[in-house]
Amino acid sequence: MKQLDKTETNYWEGFNGGNWQSEINVRDFIQQNLTQYNGDESFLAGPTEATTTLNNQVLNLKKQERAAGGVLDADTNVVATITSHGPGYLNKDLETIVGLQTDKPLKRAFMPFGGIRMAEDALESYGYKPDPEMHKIFTEYHKTHNQGVFDVYTPDMRKARHYKIVTGLPDAYARGRIVADFPRIAIYGIDRLMADKFNDFQHIGDGEMTDDVIRLREQVSDQYRALGDIKKMAASYGYDISKPATNAQEAIQWIYFGYLAAVKTQNGAAMSVGRIDTTIDAFIERDMKRGLINESQAQEFIDHLVMKLRMVRFIRTEEYNSLFSGDPIWATLSLGGVGFDGRHHITKTAFRFLKTLDNMGAAPEPNITLLWSEALPEGFKRYATEVSITSSTIQYENDDLMRTEWGTDYYGIACCVSAQPIKDGVQFFGARANLAKAILYAINGGVDEIGEKQVGPETKPITTDVIDYDDFMKKFSVQADWLADVYVNALNAIQYMHDKYYYEAAQLALKDTHLDYTFATGISGFSHAVDSISAIKYGKVHVIRDEKGVAVDFKAEDNDYPRYGNNDDRADEIAVWLIKWFYGKMNTHHLYHNAKLSTSVLTITSNVVYGKNTGTTPNGRQKGEPFSPGANPAYGAEKNGALASLMSTAKIPYHYATDGISNTFGVTPNTLGHDDETRKDTLVNMIDGYMHNNGMHLNINVFNKETLIDAQKHPEEYPTLTVRVSGYCVYFADLTKEQQDDVISRTFFEEM
Amino acid sequence: MKLFENTNTPTNLMDVVDTPENGPIKGYVHSVESFGAVDGPGIRFTAFLQGCRMRCQYCHNPDTWNIGVGEEMTADQVLDDAERYKAFWGDTGGITCSGGESLVQIDFLLDLFTKAKARGISTCLDTSGNPFTRDQPWFGKFEQLMAVTDISLVDIKHINSAEHKKLTGFGNENILDMIQYMSSHNCDMWIRHVLVPERTDYDNYLTELGDYIKTLNNVQKVEVLPYHTLGVKKYHELGIAYPLEGIEPPTPDRIKNAEKLLHTADYTGYKTWKPGK
Repeated sequence: MKQLDKTETNYWEGFNGGNWQSEINVRDFIQQNLTQYNGDESFLAGPTEATTTLNNQVLNLKKQERAAGGVLDADTNVVATITSHGPGYLNKDLETIVGLQTDKPLKRAFMPFGGIRMAEDALESYGYKPDPEMHKIFTEYHKTHNQGVFDVYTPDMRKARHYKIVTGLPDAYARGRIVADFPRIAIYGIDRLMADKFNDFQHIGDGEMTDDVIRLREQVSDQYRALGDIKKMAASYGYDISKPATNAQEAIQWIYFGYLAAVKTQNGAAMSVGRIDTTIDAFIERDMKRGLINESQAQEFIDHLVMKLRMVRFIRTEEYNSLFSGDPIWATLSLGGVGFDGRHHITKTAFRFLKTLDNMGAAPEPNITLLWSEALPEGFKRYATEVSITSSTIQYENDDLMRTEWGTDYYGIACCVSAQPIKDGVQFFGARANLAKAILYAINGGVDEIGEKQVGPETKPITTDVIDYDDFMKKFSVQADWLADVYVNALNAIQYMHDKYYYEAAQLALKDTHLDYTFATGISGFSHAVDSISAIKYGKVHVIRDEKGVAVDFKAEDNDYPRYGNNDDRADEIAVWLIKWFYGKMNTHHLYHNAKLSTSVLTITSNVVYGKNTGTTPNGRQKGEPFSPGANPAYGAEKNGALASLMSTAKIPYHYATDGISNTFGVTPNTLGHDDETRKDTLVNMIDGYMHNNGMHLNINVFNKETLIDAQKHPEEYPTLTVRVSGYCVYFADLTKEQQDDVISRTFFEEM
Repeated sequence: MKLFENTNTPTNLMDVVDTPENGPIKGYVHSVESFGAVDGPGIRFTAFLQGCRMRCQYCHNPDTWNIGVGEEMTADQVLDDAERYKAFWGDTGGITCSGGESLVQIDFLLDLFTKAKARGISTCLDTSGNPFTRDQPWFGKFEQLMAVTDISLVDIKHINSAEHKKLTGFGNENILDMIQYMSSHNCDMWIRHVLVPERTDYDNYLTELGDYIKTLNNVQKVEVLPYHTLGVKKYHELGIAYPLEGIEPPTPDRIKNAEKLLHTADYTGYKTWKPGK
């Protein structure tokens, strides 16, 4: 290859020019350099020898990790920063994409900034001894995010947390959910990004040091430093990333260094990769035109990148694992979508990412998310559904809906299912409020049905035999007002302290300086709340109370009341109303950073823990039984088949729940069809139909219940069996027994 | 409920379906399923019509046998319900009527399919053919029905009439006659056959059936449906003795064998089939 002159113009030779050259604008780069692909998967290449060797090494490490009880190795006395570790490799000679979080594969980093106690507990629960010196530093000399939050929490917030009407608050670890614009590094190089940030810095405020100006100036200073550190970290691997990437391998490597900086410094629940497929494709296309690489090499780069994403690890406490089990990190990778100009963004590289599941076997990470539109080409739709049928690793999200709602076609999926504009949008993540429990608070006058203590506002408990609907709704409103208040304000405290003590400098350095913020909230126990309200409204619910007068069981006199999940408007209208109503209550409050409120109906695996901590609900769900995941109907509520169930979910208005409305769909292969082609047709039509009706998100699991039961008994025979749970994908063997039982007992649509 | 309690139900549907002079015909619907991907081409909304006279030993829906019970619905009610799922149908899906035995309610079925076609909905009939007769007025209705049916799924329970009688309580002469009619009148069909060890899984009968199917026109697909035990629970719930107690589903080898003898791979029309050709 000829030596390029070191000017930007020469780095960019072979690309179509545009606005992206005069300003940081990845979207424009993609628009100008998109090569659509309308064919099928036949062009794809299998794994190279190097890929197979490396992958076997990774699989072997994973096996050792499982054998070691979940953690292979962990730092106890090195605080993770972008530059804290020297280079680490699997096999330097074979890796085309390099870089590890620490100095050794699968070794977990020590990340105390979210909270020292959480970091120590995590180490101890896996038998590691945290360095006492670290303890001293992060308690005596340096405050953590966790301490900051607990310094300001009100008694009500502590109570709501303790009695688990609010659960999963990111007050002891990173909030995550930031999709950085990683392709910037490949297209522009770090120096240009630093120059841009410097320029922004000089224009923040006019010298009047208000709180806002001070905060942003400090943040941009941190960002600038982080960019410099990313450059240093890359240099330790022998790469100079100060300038744009000159070929596809470099482009992927540059992007990965950005991602690596994120996962070296932040242990967010979700550490998204964002939307990198089309940028990478443009570099691959250029190399191919120049005759530099063939398909096998292109695939190898993608395989090696994905292999790295599969190796990202954080160390968590047992409590955290019970919420989100299977070591998920939500390296969510968004593929596809359609541009505002009507062109779909399916490139050969979107196919290549799916091919990794074939070349290296199924794996839960990265969390592959297809931005689906009816306008995607048929060849890709069919290939994607084929991958779903064989590995159940893909989630589908409605690009038509998200693009319109967010007003941009360059967004990515943060966390599990939430959309986020990549250039200039940030989401403050924040757990879930348990609406099923709030219903019980309404009945019990604010007394927690498990703890039997006054938690919510003290209202008059319902003492009649049959619950009067109007009386109930008044009381429910009082409890929900309180819940919205406590919840939103706890999040205000969390986001403030996170900015202060655990700012995401590396990720935010790779976004615009001036950002739009959304304030993410979430709802759990959704279907049970809806069905309970419907039961009270239509079913004449009798209350059974214990000796203290706390409602412990319910009996609907007319058990045929409408239930959510049957495309029955009487129940579905309650669902729609509930979302808007609770959103309205939360939206009356001040939101940190003038963020825009959003909410979600998605639970990840936490539906099990939430259910465990919630008493019997009026819809007949027994105390301790798992909630249905996300926006799924309650188990056993669905009577009219799969599409009726999907149609109920599709009615929930995305405008109020822009954080995501998750549906996890389980189906046996034979229900989809009796041969492979029919099965693909069925899935394509099903997804098209769901999205056409404004369905937002769909996890698709295709297997027989018997397979899961067998895998539970003989995990060793199913080391790579993956299942999709609400919003992510997990090795079935890595779920807790309770969660495995939950997955097995979920509705599986079967033919009769 | 006893196994054969309801075999004395009237043979003429009009005796049980009350058609008011001024109102639309009502059908007895056992249940509906919004997502049928194996009930004909594409994704289909399936209405299970109540009532069947046959007592197939392996029937997995014994709760659909009784005639003249179930939810009463008009054709428009069924179609309004079905059309909510139109977006899922692509260009091959639509509605299927299954049972029970759909043809037991031929008046309603004719009304339903006629109105479906008027709405542009593809129609599929899932039948065992048992009610078929060339007697009038039934046959005239059947001919009208075929004109508004895009495709039929015909389940041949057994090719040998004596064995058919043992298995279902009825011989198969009129069923094969119906198939002949479809074959000679350009009616598209899928032929299905349930493979039951010790009942239908014999090479000689399978060969005979395979040869018979070869003589037919318009066959888009031939399917072997392996017997399954998912219906057993219903028998226990209904308090009916299960005739196939102890019989296991066929092995994969036997399924392959049956597919070979029925030449299933030769019938590929279904791959490109579109309704309303």
